[in-house]
Amino acid sequence: MLQVSIYRYNPETDAKPRMQDFQFDTQGKDLMVLDVLEQIKAQDTTVTFRRSCREGVCGSDGLNINGKNGLACITPLSEVVKNNKLVIRPLPGLPVIRDLIVDMSQFYAQYEKIQPYLINNTPAPAIERLQSPEDRAKLDGLYECILCACCSTSCPSFWWNPDRFIGPAGLLQAYRFLADSRDTATDDRLSRLDDPFSVFRCHGIQNCVNVCPKGLNPTRAIGHIRNMLLTRAT
Amino acid sequence: MVTSVTSFGRSGLSDWLLQRVSGVILLAYFLFILAAVAGGVDYASWRALFDQVWVKVFSLMALLSLAAHAWIGLWSVLTDYLTERLMGTTGNVLRISLQLLISLALFIYVVWGVQILWGY
Ligand code: SF4
Ligand code: SF4
Ligand code: FES
Repeated sequence: MLQVSIYRYNPETDAKPRMQDFQFDTQGKDLMVLDVLEQIKAQDTTVTFRRSCREGVCGSDGLNINGKNGLACITPLSEVVKNNKLVIRPLPGLPVIRDLIVDMSQFYAQYEKIQPYLINNTPAPAIERLQSPEDRAKLDGLYECILCACCSTSCPSFWWNPDRFIGPAGLLQAYRFLADSRDTATDDRLSRLDDPFSVFRCHGIQNCVNVCPKGLNPTRAIGHIRNMLLTRAT
Repeated sequence: MVTSVTSFGRSGLSDWLLQRVSGVILLAYFLFILAAVAGGVDYASWRALFDQVWVKVFSLMALLSLAAHAWIGLWSVLTDYLTERLMGTTGNVLRISLQLLISLALFIYVVWGVQILWGY
């Protein structure tokens, strides 16, 4: 029997969070963590969590699984279970709405700050804005982000300053638009980032790289932004 | 853009760069002193070393680097942990008091250091 311990908290009725234990029979199968949650929910319908695609595409089931952030739907038990124990908590650092569901407003507010859309005020061409294969290749490793927040909520700098530090997810996207050959707002984008918090609260701890379920590297993107700021200013 | 008037250079980039440069200067100075001490020193040789103008200038450079480095580093720590978000108004009071205290201490170090270097 697998020992599953789930974080339970309903801010409206509970004085404080608690951990609820379940005994779970995997029947010898290497299930995904999400399957375990779904089956537990079938027994106790009050267990609350988010999920949608159940295949690592939508980014809605980012959870803290045995101490490490990841997507429940693509994390197999064999990868995380130690000593027959599975501890599931919400993503750290964000306010809990209920059980495993966190309020992502702060995370999205940071994303919004980096203007996550193409800015180009030159007249639109008849068909589309073209990009060479080389320029397009620069967006690889950036555009794949699904905004699951696993990275930002594992970053100590983001825990302390979620209102001022953009965080790895937002910065990865900031670089995605800085690197886009079709975007013409590079200078303005950089000006908005050059303060002591937005980018520079990153101390290269690399927790973000360690947890990203899509294998992306926000630290490298942050390094690129820093270099762009540096070349622009010196 | 997050504005902050208490950060050293106002810009994140300049603080970052200064932190690196001052770190390198401090390392160089530390190695220099280590090398000087390693050979064994007495009053006369120590005095002779610091009678050279370039040593005084290098020392002053290290002292200023120390002040800048300490300010940038401690400022980051204070704005991480002592904030309104984490502690309410207490955070603001504590942070600003400590910032004042730290800047006063660093100012005293610099003035005192200059006095030691050129005063004797
Ligand atoms: S960078 Fe990775 S961990 Fe961060 S939000 Fe994007 S997909 Fe999730
Ligand atoms: S490398 Fe930077 S962004 Fe990533 S976890 Fe560390 S401090 Fe956060
Ligand atoms: S449910 Fe969509 S990413 Fe896991």
